[in-house]
Amino acid sequence: MKTLKIEELSKNFGSTEVLKKINLEIDEGNFLVLLGPSGCGKSTLLNIIAGLETINEGNVYIDDYNVSKVEPKDRNIAMVFQSYALYPSMNVKENMIFGLKQAKLSKEKIEEQLKKVSSFLQVDSLLERKPSQLSGGQRQRVAIGRALVREPRIFLFDEPLSNLDAKLRVEMRREIKKLHQQLKTTVVYVTHDQTEAMSLGTKIAIMNHGVIQQNDTPEIIYNKPSNTFVADFIGSPSMNLIKGKLKQSSNKILFSAEGANFDIPIKSYDFKKTSELDSKEVYFGIRPEHIYFKKLNEDDLEINLSADLSEYIGHEQIVTFNYSNQEILAKFPSTIKVELNKETKLYFDLTQVSLFDSKSEERI
Amino acid sequence: MQDSLQTSSYKQLEQKSKYTNIFLRWFLYFILILFASYFIFPLYVMIVTSLKTMEEIRQGTLLTWPSALNFESWGVAWGGRGYGAGDTFLRPYFWNSIKMVVPAVFFSTFIGAMTGYVLTKWRFKGDQWVFLFLLFGCFIPFQAILLPMARTLGVLGISNSVIGLVLVHTVYGIPFTTLFFRNYYVSVPTELVKAARIDGAGFFKIFFKILLPISAPIIVVTVIWQFTQIWNDFLFGSTFSFGEAAPIQVALNNMVLSSTSVKEYNVDMASAIIAGIPTLIVYVLAGKYFIRGLTSGAVKG
Repeated sequence: MKTLKIEELSKNFGSTEVLKKINLEIDEGNFLVLLGPSGCGKSTLLNIIAGLETINEGNVYIDDYNVSKVEPKDRNIAMVFQSYALYPSMNVKENMIFGLKQAKLSKEKIEEQLKKVSSFLQVDSLLERKPSQLSGGQRQRVAIGRALVREPRIFLFDEPLSNLDAKLRVEMRREIKKLHQQLKTTVVYVTHDQTEAMSLGTKIAIMNHGVIQQNDTPEIIYNKPSNTFVADFIGSPSMNLIKGKLKQSSNKILFSAEGANFDIPIKSYDFKKTSELDSKEVYFGIRPEHIYFKKLNEDDLEINLSADLSEYIGHEQIVTFNYSNQEILAKFPSTIKVELNKETKLYFDLTQVSLFDSKSEERI
Repeated sequence: MQDSLQTSSYKQLEQKSKYTNIFLRWFLYFILILFASYFIFPLYVMIVTSLKTMEEIRQGTLLTWPSALNFESWGVAWGGRGYGAGDTFLRPYFWNSIKMVVPAVFFSTFIGAMTGYVLTKWRFKGDQWVFLFLLFGCFIPFQAILLPMARTLGVLGISNSVIGLVLVHTVYGIPFTTLFFRNYYVSVPTELVKAARIDGAGFFKIFFKILLPISAPIIVVTVIWQFTQIWNDFLFGSTFSFGEAAPIQVALNNMVLSSTSVKEYNVDMASAIIAGIPTLIVYVLAGKYFIRGLTSGAVKG
């Protein structure tokens, strides 16, 4: 049984297709993050799961029950919004129990739930206050509390941290993670922030133009992006994609970049298909953090490149190198001194390489 | 050397800008006082004249201070002189107006709030067109609807009655009140409605429990606007009612223009003030909310 299943879901607003044939499944207790740039349809998808938007095609199942035409209140879900959406005229207590009152729960039950949740979230002292008298973090807590008292099957979060300042965001992120570890409720969480997605999700679904690009664990998404969009979207700075060709000769596969006078051997790469690799046009992908200044592994490839630009950002520095007229970025500890416009010895970690077909932009 | 030269020239500039500022400030006050007196002048003349006897009015000028506080003409304007026929006074018409204004303001405000709520939070296909046509209603001149409205009232059997006037003013007010509420509710995050829907609240519950309690500023604006419009209306009042059903503005006109004998300027002035007092009271009581409500949307953006 899947807690949430989305089947061949399509949605359009007028003539604009927002979601195209989405398929998605979540197991009990998972934390799924919908990640993507703005306008990719992730919030629409969340609203559809909540029942706040209608569906053009496809179905949504909660616990194997088709809820496509079920009212939001009957879907056994709770949602936390970006603007918190606390009812301004009600105090914290009234805000939190509003849903329970609508559901006509008994007074004792409501009080019990309220007590449990408010002490769990440490908002007991705020119960009589109005939302306007709360700080951003407190509002966030109350909004989560309002979702918690309903004891839903699925929690939906719609960019809940983007209205907070940077410091508070990190704190609240940790709290949401703790909350999930304690409660083990299924969560669907929408964000455009990759750090949030990576740190919170047990699964991440990366979306672009209404299509899920990759749906996997954070580790696989980071290490084995399924296409250039994912490779480019995850990581900061994003993965270097070097344009070039593959060469196959006597059981050895080499990559040579456009206009480069040397080849990179492709070793221990897990090709999806080992045929037709010769003279295939590809992108050679390597993350800035997998280019080293010192040889770390036996198999690291030594390359001489000249540095064009160095950006110092405190704990680290990002250096731009010229790789046969293509820019590639590398991330070093800021203690290392890199001289500009001079050949520098670098080491590529060849176990961390990704290769993409340059036409389909898919991983090969 | 260079330094001291510069300091002295800075000092001169500072002095100069100080004088300019003082001059500009006094100029500003002068202009403000000028305009303020221009606006207060008619009110002054009205009050002063209403307190004079006819004798004094004939002898003095417009601006002369009354010899004593004489509220006799106010009494006459409000309650008449006590002869039977032909004695027009404001009291019954004042109550007519109240009976007309209160329900008309209430219904037009309420309906406007509802339509504003639907047009922003329950969007439907073609809602922009509905809004456009409603807006169009704001620009239809009063005179254009006189005949059709008279016919409608006749068919409904409520012509020449306070109820008829309530209907006319409610209908005519809806475009304005809708505009006010729509613009206010546009700035209220739709997430509130979504949250309430997930919490299980329905269409009316969301309106009454969540939106209406935060609508105080715009309700004040709408009430003041509608109250002023309806209370001061003369055209609809004089067209759709006569005799005993007339609102106060029509009665005021009848009183001032009925030329039985001498023109009693003091009574006329007192009547005019009485007819204007309720709107003044509403402004004084709710005026600061009016400004706040009008600008609240603008500041938020």
